[in-house]
Amino acid sequence: MTLFPFASPFRSGHAMSTQHRDDAIAHTAASVSAAPGAVEANAFKIRARDVNVFYGDKQALFDVNLDVPGKSVTAFIGPSGCGKSTFLRCINRMNDTIPSAKVTGAIEIDGNDVNAKSVDPVVLRSRVGMVFQKPNPFPKTIFENVAYGPRIHGLATGKAELEAIVESSLKKAGLWNEVSDRLHQPGTGLSGGQQQRLVIARAIAVSPEVILMDEPCSALDPIATARIEELIDELRSQFCIVIVTHSMAQAARVSQKTAFFHMGKLVESGATEDMFTNPRDSRTQDYITGRFG
Amino acid sequence: MLTWLSLLFLALFSAAAFMAGRGRALKASGGSAARLHSLPNYYGSYAALWAGAPAALLLLLGMMFGGRVEDALLQRERPAAIAGMTVDRQDVFFSDVQAVASGQAASEVTYDGDERLAFDAKVAESRRISGIVRYSLLAAAGLVALGGLLLALPRIGTEFRARNRVEGWIAGVLIACSVAAVLTTLGIVLSLVWESWRFFQSVPVLDFLLGTEWSPQIAMRADQVAGAGAFGAVPLFVGTFLIMFIAMLVAAPVGLYSAIYLSEYANRGLRSTIKPLLEILAGVPTVVYGFFAALTVGPLFRAGFNAIGAQLVGGPLDGIGQYLMQVQNQMALVAGVVMGIMLIPFVSSLSDDIINAVPQSLRDGSYAMGATKSETIKRVVLPAALPGSWPPCCWPCRAPSARP
Ligand SMILES: Nc1ncnc2c1ncn2[C@@H]1O[C@H](COP(=O)(O)OP(=O)(O)OP(=O)(O)O)[C@@H](O)[C@H]1O
Ligand SMILES: [Mg+2]
Repeated sequence: MTLFPFASPFRSGHAMSTQHRDDAIAHTAASVSAAPGAVEANAFKIRARDVNVFYGDKQALFDVNLDVPGKSVTAFIGPSGCGKSTFLRCINRMNDTIPSAKVTGAIEIDGNDVNAKSVDPVVLRSRVGMVFQKPNPFPKTIFENVAYGPRIHGLATGKAELEAIVESSLKKAGLWNEVSDRLHQPGTGLSGGQQQRLVIARAIAVSPEVILMDEPCSALDPIATARIEELIDELRSQFCIVIVTHSMAQAARVSQKTAFFHMGKLVESGATEDMFTNPRDSRTQDYITGRFG
Repeated sequence: MLTWLSLLFLALFSAAAFMAGRGRALKASGGSAARLHSLPNYYGSYAALWAGAPAALLLLLGMMFGGRVEDALLQRERPAAIAGMTVDRQDVFFSDVQAVASGQAASEVTYDGDERLAFDAKVAESRRISGIVRYSLLAAAGLVALGGLLLALPRIGTEFRARNRVEGWIAGVLIACSVAAVLTTLGIVLSLVWESWRFFQSVPVLDFLLGTEWSPQIAMRADQVAGAGAFGAVPLFVGTFLIMFIAMLVAAPVGLYSAIYLSEYANRGLRSTIKPLLEILAGVPTVVYGFFAALTVGPLFRAGFNAIGAQLVGGPLDGIGQYLMQVQNQMALVAGVVMGIMLIPFVSSLSDDIINAVPQSLRDGSYAMGATKSETIKRVVLPAALPGSWPPCCWPCRAPSARP
């Protein structure tokens, strides 16, 4: 388990083709099967242990312990300000961009601590994509938006390969049919729902292992929301997806596992069905039945 | 002095009008502000504005144009004793009259006999006129102020929309200020057009635009001796554009990059010290830059180039060496570089504003894709900001006065 997919082959820089990455993952899998005790742990893509987050003097997360399974959707729910976004931003170290933020504890992806000195946050983020609450396409063409990641990471060797990546990403994001004839028009000219699918396409264009989504549907109407939920369900077979949502119904529809946060603490986590049918903690029950929040 | 006193008095009157307007509104509503259409202070302001603003405007106009009126009245009739003088001398006569009347120093011309009598008569007349003009102005202002108050007060009642009226007054003041700015600009443009028109009456347009010689020493009056004059503007344009170009080469990259450093890389403490320092650079008077160019940069550059030239002379690059040996202090490079330094703070603070206007969500999006800081700046921040960040590069056109 010492081989860290982010660390050795990729940290050095740009030349990480998909080919290399598959090798790395295969290698990890091989070493795992050699050590039987680790199989159980490996079922979880992300493991958080005693995570505390401080913004200056203010503590935003308290001793969070959570396991996130791979190739499935995990939902974070909880009242506003309880630390869902904060925890999400720990996973791809986006909190590094906030000078006052301090993170302690361990967050492991495939058994390797993302906060380790040897991990380059820039490379980490290419492995852990993120979709924000408000669609934020770059002021570039649709094509350039999707090609952004592959370009900066040197994932395509030629124009044809780049075009293939863009096309397959847009197809996976369910946007291809709507934009195939206007790839070279500005991405900001799309509707809100289309923009959100565009940034999802942008995120999956670098074939990340994890996609973090922070309230991806809160700026969208019900139809666009339904499209994104469908999309999340399709992407589940290839990626580990973590989604923050304020909608209990959405959490119930799209996720397999749910984690309930309250006042900076992880109150309860478990299979979505169990959580919604018989929550163990009274606070969870109150929240999902709408008694507070 | 009198006018300032009267302005002060007017301010007091206006304050009294405020109290009166407010009091009247409260009285009309039986003391409860809730029954009024607007807050009580709006009624006060309404009365104060009517009582103060028109009269103040009148006083200010009087301050600006009162002197003209006095002149015109004084010179309406010219005494027979000075009819023999040239027009220039008559002007001197009248300005002496006014100087003596107001107790200031007159010119050294002495007036005797009839001229002396006429002079003294005019001095007395000037004092009289000045008194009449001033006091009638004060009286008029007083009447206007009183009239304004009497106009405003009766209108005040519970239904009166004082809030909207005050809003109208504020809009009026704002419009007046912007009109003043526009009129000033218009005046400058018109006077330029007028002077150029007169200039092109004596110098053919084509000579000006295409001529390559500039030596404007010509005879302004018949008794002066001077050359024929040449007004070819090409050397001026070429020089200005060359200096502008060099200044841009210095200011655009340095300004833009320092703005990028300040807004994207520097931490808050550093930013809050460096930014004011840069802005101080913008406050240095252009003359100082001129001295800096003439006394420091010029000799430095010349010494440097001459030294390089001395090495090259006699070698394979002899021609360049000879040229560098002859370089002077006043070369365009010096002017351009110093002007570029002068423009750095402008370019920098403008670019800084533009870069800061790029939403943080775009940066987050780029970082979340695994882009580094400089990739984010180059590929997302600058393209988002750039349509606006070219103008700073054109700024050198605005400051051609810095040529040493
Ligand atoms: N950049 C920051 N600086 C200081 N405090 C912050 C910062 N970001 C978040 N916080 C604080 O951390 C706590 C958790 O915030 P967080 O954004 O994680 O909440 P959330 O669960 O995502 O809420 P919401 O559902 O409203 O998005 C809040 O109390 C918030 O005020
Ligand atoms: Mg949030």
